[in-house]
Amino acid sequence: MPALVHFYALHSKLIDQIGINAIFALSLSLTLQAGHLALANAAFGGIAAYVASLLSISRGWPLVVTTLIGAAGAAFVGALIGMPVTRLRGVFLAIATIGFGEIALIVENNLSITGGAEGLSQIPNETTTWKIYLVLAILGFFFWRLRLTRAGWAIAAVREDEHAAASFGIDPSRVKFWTFVGSAAIAGIAGSLYAHENFFIAPGDWGFSRMVDILVYCVIGGVASPWGAMIGAALISILPEVFRFLHDYRDIVNGIVLLAVVVFAPQGIAGLWSSDRRAPRLASAETPTEVPAIGEQ
Amino acid sequence: MFDQQLANGIFLGAVYALFAVGYTLIFGVLDILNLAHSAIFMASSFVALAMVRHGFPFWAAFVVATCFGGALSVVLDRLAFAPLRARGVGGGSLGPLISSIAFGIIVVAVMRGIFGPDEMGYPRGAVPNANLHVGHAAFTMMDLWVLVVSLAMMVVLSVLLKATPLGRAIRAVAENTKAAALLGIDVERTIALTFLIAGALGGAAGILIGAQFNAVSILMGQRIELKGLAVIILGGMGSIPGAVLGGFLLGLLEVFSVAYLSSSYRDAIAFAVMFLILIVRPSGLLGRRAARAA
Repeated sequence: MPALVHFYALHSKLIDQIGINAIFALSLSLTLQAGHLALANAAFGGIAAYVASLLSISRGWPLVVTTLIGAAGAAFVGALIGMPVTRLRGVFLAIATIGFGEIALIVENNLSITGGAEGLSQIPNETTTWKIYLVLAILGFFFWRLRLTRAGWAIAAVREDEHAAASFGIDPSRVKFWTFVGSAAIAGIAGSLYAHENFFIAPGDWGFSRMVDILVYCVIGGVASPWGAMIGAALISILPEVFRFLHDYRDIVNGIVLLAVVVFAPQGIAGLWSSDRRAPRLASAETPTEVPAIGEQ
Repeated sequence: MFDQQLANGIFLGAVYALFAVGYTLIFGVLDILNLAHSAIFMASSFVALAMVRHGFPFWAAFVVATCFGGALSVVLDRLAFAPLRARGVGGGSLGPLISSIAFGIIVVAVMRGIFGPDEMGYPRGAVPNANLHVGHAAFTMMDLWVLVVSLAMMVVLSVLLKATPLGRAIRAVAENTKAAALLGIDVERTIALTFLIAGALGGAAGILIGAQFNAVSILMGQRIELKGLAVIILGGMGSIPGAVLGGFLLGLLEVFSVAYLSSSYRDAIAFAVMFLILIVRPSGLLGRRAARAA
C-alpha cells in the first residue's frame, strides 16, 4: 500500500492527464462511431475551458456547475456549427471542422476577456484525480449502455451504410448532428477539467496539434471503440515518459507507432483481441471508395 | 501604398500557390489529404539552408533540396500510402490521413533532432537581396525570383499534365485507377512519379519561402499546412488551376486585410473563407471533379 501511495505521489499529474486525455478520446470516438471525421474537439474543449474558467474565477462557483455550463456552451456552439457542417462528407467535414478550430483559436487570441495570447491564469485548482475518473466511469457506463439502445443501433447503422440505414427509417443527418453535439459536450467536460487541473490555459492549448493527439488516441485504440480510445489515450500519454531518454527524438516513437498501427493493425489495439466481425471499418479496407465529396443535398 | 500591398500579395500568393499545387495534385490523383506535405516543405527548406551554410551557392542548394523534397515524397508514398493501397484502402478514408500525419510527425521529429527547435537564417549575402522598385512598390531580388520560379514550375507542371505521356497517365489514374491499369498504365509507377512531382513542388515552396523571409524553422510547415488547405478548398479540391488561383487570391486577401482592416484577424481570413466556401460551394471556384462526383 505505501508503495502505491508513493507511486501515486510521484505520478499523480500523469495519472490525471491520462484520465483527461481519455475523456477527450471518448468525445471523438462518439463521432467516429457514427462514421464521420469531425476534428473540432480540441476547439470545443477550449471553448468550454474558457467559459468554465471565467465563471470559476469571477463567481467562484464549484467545478460541477462551471463544467456543466462550459460543456453546455460547447454543445451550443457545436449545434450552431453542426447544422451546416454535418451535411458535409468525408474529408470535407474534416477540413471544415479544422477551419472552425483555427477560427476559434484566433478569436481566443484576440479577445480581451480570454486574456489574449497570454491566456487565463489563476484558475482555481479544483480538479482532482477521483473527479476525473468518476467522470470517466460515468461516460464509460454511458457508452456501454449506448450500444444497447435504439440510438446506439442507429449510430452503428449509419456508420456501416448510410443508405441502408436511411432505408430503415434512420435519418443519417440527425444521427450525425446529434453525435457532433454530444461529442462537443464531452470534449467540453474534458476541457474544463483540464483548465481546473493546470491553473492556466492559453489558446495554444487547443490547436490543431492537440486535435491530432486526440485523433491518435482513437486510432491507436481502434477507431470507434470507446474502450480502445481510452486505452489509446493511456498508452500515448505514457509513451513520452517512457522514451524520455530519447530527448528531441522521442516524437519519432509516436510517429512510428502510429504509422505501424495504421499499416499493420488498422483495427487498433481493440482489434487485436476483438473477434467482433462487425467491428468499425472506418480505418480499414472496405470504406466506400467513391470520391469523398461534398454535401448530400 | 496600394502598389506595395499588391506586390506583397502577389509574392505571398505565389508561394501559397506553389505549396498548394503539390497538395492538391495528390488529392486530385489519389483522393488523399496528404498532411505530410507540409513536413516535406519544411525539411527541404532546412536541406537548402544547410547546404548554403556549407558554402554551396543558393541555386545549387535549391536544385538539390527540391530533388530531396521529391525523393522524400516518394518515400512517404512507399511507407505510408502504398501499403494501404495494396490492401485496398481507398482515399477518403481515415487510414491515409492518419498515416500521412504519422509520417509528418517522424519527419518533424528528425529535423528537430538534427537542427534544433530554433529559427535559423541564411548567411548574409547568400541570397540575392538587391532592392528593386516598380511604380511605388519596393521589393527584393529574392521576391522576384520567388515569383518567377513559382510561375515557371506551375507552367511546366500544366504542360507536363496536358501534353506528355506521363501527364496522360497521371490523369488516367486520377480518373479511374482500375481502368488505367487495364489500359496498360503502370499505376504504381505513375503514382510514385506523382508523389515525386508533388514533393518537389512542396519542397521548392519551402526553400523559396525560407529564403524570402530569411527564416527557416521547424514550425514553418505547421504554419502553412492549414493555410494550404484553405487555398485548395478555395480553388476546388484536386484542381491545379484552382490551387494557383486560390493561392494568389488568399495572398492578396491577407495582405489587403492587414493593410485596410486589422492585423489581428489576418489568419482568420483564410479559414473564414474556407468555411464559407465549404458551406456554400464545396466544389470551390474551379473544382470540376468534386462537383461532378456529387
